[in-house]
Amino acid sequence: MARANSRLLKTNTSDGDRMSDTTNSGPMLAADGTPLKTSLARALRRQKLRALMLIAPLLAFVVLTFVVPIGSMLFRSVENQIVSGTLPETVEALDAWHGQDDTLPDETVFQALFFDLFRAAEAKEHTKLGSRLNYERTGLSSMFRTTGRGIDDIGEVFQDWLEDADPAFKDGITWYEMLSGTGGEDLIQERRALWANMVGEGFAGDIGFTLSGEIAALLPQTAAAYSDWAIYTAVADEDVVSEEDPWEAVYAALALDLARPETAFALTSYTGVGARPLANAIAALPSLPQIDFRAAFIEENDGWGNIENWQTIKIYSPDYTTGYFLNAIDMEKGLEGVNARPENQQLYIKLFVRTMIMSLIITGSCIFLGYPVAWLLANLPVRSANVLMILVLLPFWTSLLVRTSAWKVLLQQQGVINDILVWLGFVDDANRLILMNNSTGTIIAMTHILLPFMILPLYSVMKTIPPSYLRAAKSLGATNWTAFWRVYFPQSVPGIGAGSILVFILAIGYYITPEIVGGTDGVFISNRIAYHISSSLNWGLAAALGSILLALVLALYWLYDRIVGIDNVKLGG
Amino acid sequence: MKLSKILLATSAVGVATAGLAYAGGHMATGSFTLVSWGGAYQASQTNAYTNPYSANNPGVEFVWDESSAEAVAKLRAMNEAGNLTWDLVDVVASDALRLCDEGLAMEIDADEMLAPAPDGTSASDDFGDLLVGDCFIPQIVYSTTFGYRTDMVPDGVEPPNDICDVFDLETYPGMRSLESRPINNMEWALLCDGVAKADVYDVLATDEGQEQALAKLDTIRDSVIWWNAGADTPQLLADGEIFIGSTYNGRLFSAIVEQNQPIGMMWDAQVFDLDGWIVPAGLPEDRLARVMDFVNFATDTQRLADQAAYISYGPARLSSAPLVGNHAELGIEMAPHMPTDPNNAKNTFLYNYEFWADYRDDIDAKFQAWLAQ
Repeated sequence: MARANSRLLKTNTSDGDRMSDTTNSGPMLAADGTPLKTSLARALRRQKLRALMLIAPLLAFVVLTFVVPIGSMLFRSVENQIVSGTLPETVEALDAWHGQDDTLPDETVFQALFFDLFRAAEAKEHTKLGSRLNYERTGLSSMFRTTGRGIDDIGEVFQDWLEDADPAFKDGITWYEMLSGTGGEDLIQERRALWANMVGEGFAGDIGFTLSGEIAALLPQTAAAYSDWAIYTAVADEDVVSEEDPWEAVYAALALDLARPETAFALTSYTGVGARPLANAIAALPSLPQIDFRAAFIEENDGWGNIENWQTIKIYSPDYTTGYFLNAIDMEKGLEGVNARPENQQLYIKLFVRTMIMSLIITGSCIFLGYPVAWLLANLPVRSANVLMILVLLPFWTSLLVRTSAWKVLLQQQGVINDILVWLGFVDDANRLILMNNSTGTIIAMTHILLPFMILPLYSVMKTIPPSYLRAAKSLGATNWTAFWRVYFPQSVPGIGAGSILVFILAIGYYITPEIVGGTDGVFISNRIAYHISSSLNWGLAAALGSILLALVLALYWLYDRIVGIDNVKLGG
Repeated sequence: MKLSKILLATSAVGVATAGLAYAGGHMATGSFTLVSWGGAYQASQTNAYTNPYSANNPGVEFVWDESSAEAVAKLRAMNEAGNLTWDLVDVVASDALRLCDEGLAMEIDADEMLAPAPDGTSASDDFGDLLVGDCFIPQIVYSTTFGYRTDMVPDGVEPPNDICDVFDLETYPGMRSLESRPINNMEWALLCDGVAKADVYDVLATDEGQEQALAKLDTIRDSVIWWNAGADTPQLLADGEIFIGSTYNGRLFSAIVEQNQPIGMMWDAQVFDLDGWIVPAGLPEDRLARVMDFVNFATDTQRLADQAAYISYGPARLSSAPLVGNHAELGIEMAPHMPTDPNNAKNTFLYNYEFWADYRDDIDAKFQAWLAQ
């Protein structure tokens, strides 16, 4: 820094010399001939960079531990790729279905569902999707679970038929030779991407199989289903594709391909590998079991015949959803827009309001109790002030859990406070006060726990108010009250502001104390967030609730800045 | 890049040591993280499972993590971070089902992985119906039931012996404590509102049934303290804060027998639930081999019976039941304190896993909205 300054100094002097005679002949120049402005900017930039490097560790720390988690939380509250990732082709087929009238999706949707769900069940992803959708509609969890268990049976019908038509289909090698070739790389690539979307891993690497483009054109569904199986077998199961027998879904796909009239015609001119078993299968077409995936699914679980289940799947099929946020404000998504939730499920608005109101009450009682203490601290002689300060800080150093549990002992109906009141005769033994497991308990315990956060900023501000001001006011004829209210109090307001912000923002996110002493009407929104994180696992909803809480705090901060002015907040001196 | 190489190298070393250890006749070496519930329950597992196992396998060092209550969320977070630090996790059956659904628990083949009974009965027959889901290895049967203050029973009245006594504020005045979740409470409420036991879940599946149950709970609502932790009710009973409250039977056992509190058991309509192990999905080969060796040992007939000497939970194997003896320290006979004892199990429920997996989110939303009113 010193070097830069000295050079600047030099430029200035030399500039000063030159300025007198070359005032109008162009920009001022530094000693090395560059324009002064550039030189100055460069020096400043270097300084800034150096300063930035000094704070870089902190900056990286803040970004890593604060910005990134909050960002990922915000993202989670809208992210919904699981539906289209797990059931990609079903979601696509559902586009054509609007769900307004009372007809179920048609057979193409159920066919797509069969192949999607088969893949998902093999990779054990279908139950995840079931749990996700169960947050929106009851029963979908078991619908996906039971169907995933029985989905082999739906395909087995076609396996039996094909194996009856030509026993060669029993051997994996028949399939492998029939579908191997070149020209089908694009399809393989496409199917890899589907797997990667669903499972969330790369699904890269050699699979020991290349698809024949000719077969892929002739038997498109078979090629797709076989590729799916081959990729999964090679990458996830780490088996050799040519040695394994394909899934039932591959048999079903071939049956579907063969059942299309144009396939039979096209196959007459096909002479490649596997022409014989294929011809046998074509010949056996009259005995092909009826293809009705819809009926098969409804037989596995009658939930698939329920139109509302399908509506839920359709509503939640986009990659991003406002659903979590709507749930977080007691609304829900419907096919035709947004509705309020039934009244017996409305909860979160109430909790948000309660959290706000109770935090305000707690902040208010902290001011009320903390102000006199801070005043005492600031005005007592140093020795006694120090003792008092330790008393303020002592609880601050005690574990939060211990303090809250201590309040439990004090507040309960057979607890210390009630016992004393009964002993003194203020309260009848049969009608002991209910001081906890309700909002009273939360307010009492949290006021005590947050009190130091009010006292400390208040104290540090009051310490800087010269006592002579009060004396001057009084000597000019003010009463005690006027001197305090007109002279002392206004100067302590920045301390109240700082303490209030601290206490309020801490209170609004409090979890452990309301959980222990709050009962049912003293719990905060954070208790529900905790429930959704650790019990119901509905992290999307928890993230939405958390985001709203964050937005509320920021909004209140902004409001505070507008009304009081953040410049008026002082944490000390 | 470097990191993955180091990881590769360490796992190679791990495999090598595991191989060496195997060659030496001992499967297991190194430290082994078990997740459990802490307290008396974990102590019973230490006594019955890990101490004898360590005696046979001196190389193994067990590390306990008391995180079972948050196991589902933590396992999910570990899975997302790709850093699995747990080897074996003790969870209740409903959590095991969810972990299985989420792909976070490994699927189990009982006959292949678990020891048969001494008489040769296969593991799957020995555990029977208790093998719920595909991933769960049961250890114990516990029950959620009621304890009451014997000294607070009104004069001239029989102590409570019917689940509906909980809802009878006239005969049995005083506060109650119930768990702050719908599971069990809704069933009890319907049962005491005239619904036949066989129809409870059919009724509860309907909106009207849920309303009915909440309406019944409404009648005692002002007298209920809602608990979140299993230790709450015994504490509330000991402090005289409540007259009657629900909790896990083992907690009441220790309050009554070990701490001599004036508490009585009310077993009517107790709800059986299961607790057991799950193996986290995605363990590396060497750690998995070690885990399976331990699980095979810890869930055999004798070990499950041994556990019952330390805590009043019933062993999950049929073949263990006859081996249940006396309390290891107090010497009292354990059988009468077991939830499965015929005298206690006259009227019981089994936690309906399938039903609650589906209805939990929905009914919980309604229950919490009702609580917040």
